[in-house]
Amino acid sequence: MNREWLLNAALLAGLVVVPGWAVWADEPFTIMLATRAVIFALAAAGLNIALGLGGLVSLGHAVFFGIGGYAMGVLASHAQNYTPLYDGVFTIQGTKSMPVIWLAAAVTSGLAAWLIGVLSLRTSGAYFIMITLAFGQMAYFFAISWPAYGGEDGLSIYVRNGFPGLNTLDPIQFYGLCLAWLCLVLWGYARLRRSPFGLALDSARQVPDRVRAVGLDPRRLQLVALVLSGAVTGLAGALFADLNRFVSPSMLSWQMSGEIIVFVIIGGVARLFGPVAGAVFYVMMEHWLGGISDYWQIFLGLVLLAVVLFGRGGLIGMICGKGRPDA
Amino acid sequence: MPDSVLSTHELHKAFGALRASEGISIRLLHGEIHAIIGPNGAGKSTLIAQICGSLRPDSGRVTFLGRDVTALPTEARARMGLARTFQTSALAMDQTVMQNVLLGALGASGRPWRFLSRVARDAGLRDTAEAALLETGLQDLARLRTAELSHGQRRQLEVAVALTQAPRAFVMDEPMAGLGAEGSRHLTGFLDRLRTRAPILLVEHDMDAVFALADRITVLVYGRVIATGSVEDIRADPLVRDAYLGDGA
Repeated sequence: MNREWLLNAALLAGLVVVPGWAVWADEPFTIMLATRAVIFALAAAGLNIALGLGGLVSLGHAVFFGIGGYAMGVLASHAQNYTPLYDGVFTIQGTKSMPVIWLAAAVTSGLAAWLIGVLSLRTSGAYFIMITLAFGQMAYFFAISWPAYGGEDGLSIYVRNGFPGLNTLDPIQFYGLCLAWLCLVLWGYARLRRSPFGLALDSARQVPDRVRAVGLDPRRLQLVALVLSGAVTGLAGALFADLNRFVSPSMLSWQMSGEIIVFVIIGGVARLFGPVAGAVFYVMMEHWLGGISDYWQIFLGLVLLAVVLFGRGGLIGMICGKGRPDA
Repeated sequence: MPDSVLSTHELHKAFGALRASEGISIRLLHGEIHAIIGPNGAGKSTLIAQICGSLRPDSGRVTFLGRDVTALPTEARARMGLARTFQTSALAMDQTVMQNVLLGALGASGRPWRFLSRVARDAGLRDTAEAALLETGLQDLARLRTAELSHGQRRQLEVAVALTQAPRAFVMDEPMAGLGAEGSRHLTGFLDRLRTRAPILLVEHDMDAVFALADRITVLVYGRVIATGSVEDIRADPLVRDAYLGDGA
């Protein structure tokens, strides 16, 4: 039981206690902020699979976040308008059911990650960053110029989607769903890191020649990591769209990709709770500094500079020191 | 040629005007240590790269276990049992010693697509990994970070990883590089015992080690084989003395 374990437990406790207090004190806005932080943390936890474990600096994760958002928007808008999504040989109806939307979001964003990965993993370093950025921009401009789903104006959903047995319109119940997803993904990340796949992926990042020499293909390992990563970030996108009851091309913008990277870097790359620490910190800054000045991102920039210069392991690394290999 | 485990046939490789391999044909036989020697720039690394699969020859063939593997990628050759060690250690420095050998065992098992089970709790992989550490004398260092190992220990770990791969042939690229006299002697004794496991194609600059270990030696100069034979043959060969060994040898 070391320092990082305690810090993680404290963060998790905070994610339970603070919204709990907000219910008691009747502060729905705080719950909304917490939900936002948890969803960002989920998106960043997805990126952490590719960036932290795989060493893949993807500047295109907004693609998956946005695809998840649009998966929700498209399915829900057809459901609320009573129009079929596809009516040909067979018929696909829209839906307001969260489990179906989540599945659609994870599958479509995972497929997109596979497609992008197949093409971009031929490169590495700065070229990989540029190619993922290029795919991001393509998706962004595609969404802007596609009038069927709102184009530049985005797409509004009147009522939040439903989950069997829960009232998702109640902020704390929706928050509970998001937190459950975050916990599940963090559990999966912790397992993944110590799994056979995790070892092979970590080695592919550090010594690809060695991985080939023992009979494994580093590119395939990284492709699978990217697909898992994209699927998780896509799921976060669906939740984010549901939180706002709105999806727009801005979810696909490269600024969004940058923000997801910032969550991971501020919190600590490859640290289990790095995405959580980063996203919570970001949302708190956004709220407090945003209340002081419209130019709050200047301060965020300074913080980011400090973290990168003085704490290579992000917030988690600053508090707990360098991580140790676990075997 | 039923006895040859690994062989090359008329390998040619040129980089622009530089002919790095000019019709290289060598054979690695069962139970032998076959050393490749030659001055810097003789094309040893290019030859290794073509044998292991990271470089495609312009023409010629590489045969392993009776199969033409010229078109196969590195990882496919490795899965057949071609185990190599690197000239400059290719080890994951942030991982423990144990994790490095586990990776070798994992590659040999061919089952990396397991996402939720603990790799360190996989009894099969662990047994293979621990046996390799025991054999190379690294068993007490298993939990150490690889970055904390001495240079000599890293050279041993290179060999340990190769041992986990169910090897049918070893290709070792200067395993003695950077070792002191003591370390070199130690590793020489170890490789000597290893030849019963699988034959070794040994590229090495340390002539004491080569003469102590090799059953046969091939001398490479400017991309050509100028001589192949037993240690005595090579020592006596006037062409080799002239080109490489110098008069003192």
